[in-house]
Amino acid sequence: MKFVDEYRGKDAAARMAAAIAQVTTRPWTIMEICGGQTHAIVKYGVDRLLPDTITLIHGPGCPVCVTPVELIDKALEIAALPEVIFCSFGDMLRVPGSHSDLLAVKANGGDVRIVYAPLDAVKLAQRHPEKQVVFFAVGFETTAPATALAVLQASRLNITNFSMLVAHVRVPPAMEAILAAPHNQVQGFLAAGHVCTVMGYTEYEPLAQRYRTPIIVTGFEPLDILHGIYLCVKQLEAGRASVENQYARAVRREGSREAQQLISEVFEVTHRQWRGLGAITDSGLGLRERYAGFDTVRRFGAAAPGATTPTECISGLVLQGVKKPQECPAFGKRCTPEQPLGAPMVSTEGACAAYYRYRRSPPHSRATLQETKP
Amino acid sequence: MCLAVPGKILSITDEDDALLRSARVSFGGIVKEISLAGVPEAKLGDYVIVHAGFALARLDEQEAQRVFTTLQQMEGSSR
Ligand code: SF4
Repeated sequence: MKFVDEYRGKDAAARMAAAIAQVTTRPWTIMEICGGQTHAIVKYGVDRLLPDTITLIHGPGCPVCVTPVELIDKALEIAALPEVIFCSFGDMLRVPGSHSDLLAVKANGGDVRIVYAPLDAVKLAQRHPEKQVVFFAVGFETTAPATALAVLQASRLNITNFSMLVAHVRVPPAMEAILAAPHNQVQGFLAAGHVCTVMGYTEYEPLAQRYRTPIIVTGFEPLDILHGIYLCVKQLEAGRASVENQYARAVRREGSREAQQLISEVFEVTHRQWRGLGAITDSGLGLRERYAGFDTVRRFGAAAPGATTPTECISGLVLQGVKKPQECPAFGKRCTPEQPLGAPMVSTEGACAAYYRYRRSPPHSRATLQETKP
Repeated sequence: MCLAVPGKILSITDEDDALLRSARVSFGGIVKEISLAGVPEAKLGDYVIVHAGFALARLDEQEAQRVFTTLQQMEGSSR
């Protein structure tokens, strides 16, 4: 496929890796924010092409993984109601709440459906006026314009049986939380390219300055990631700390004004609890008062906070990059994609799922970019 | 979740309301109906990067080549 295949070639990857080795004189620790990048790194063995002195740590960029368990429980409660059609992205179905998951609700007769686009949920509401259609809005700034558009359309078409359970999170406050943490090891960031297609990257400029940390807006293919690392190491070696755009084929500095307008019409910035990380100031999006009629929580009432059972899942440490998935004692034993203890084992962006799929057997080759089949 | 895929615009349904503008986009042969509300500048034949049924950005052909020219320049200068 155009704009994909050319960034997966072994030869270009090897040349970029050689260029990285040439500019690296010291050890550096770089975090890729987005779980999509984590999957590409593990799948193609990008980390194995790097000099030993460069450490990649995996960041919290998995919206499914950071959705608080209370919200999952709320989703489960609503999805089980007989009048509800509960719509969600496929990733959410196996994410464990405190006692169950959406797949179990579905098996027990709940009408749980996977949708590709939030607008599909609005169409369902039009087709089923006798039902309440709920969309579970999980995602970063990348997803927020699509969910905002769904709310706007429902509002214009006067659809009253559609609502949204909003779990949107914002990336820059999480990056700042990582940089400000006392044990922070991150010396450079690869910022999430698709978040930046929407938001641009002016928000990162003060962060790069304040924490003297280079931030490279990076794409998702192996060559993009290697190029992002190259630009990051060059800055680190030169003692510079600025924002640079590796993913210029899709990202402009100011982002997409239209998409930003959609977001700010429908949503406002709120505080948000991140599963495994705790509360982060201004790190979420919630519906504005004028769209409060589309708020699932208001429509169905707030859940009594249930007792959360302690688990052995260390997802908080994995999401902060403090531990690698295999360092979790449950990894691959009591926690597998079929029987997950935590969200990072089920999400297509979860680091635990990436390691489970691609890294249980020893590497076949160290020297070239190689796609590992799960 | 932030997985977004490039696809080619096959046809556009133009609406007076920019919010309703949509396109049929081909992803290596699989065709889907995609909202163009975020990319008013997108034209027939353009490649857009799509997430959750929403086109996030138009892909820039020239910028797409940059990493390859950078590679050549780097190698040229190190020899
Ligand atoms: S392996 Fe499972 S239990 Fe361990 S951190 Fe990952 S999701 Fe949690």
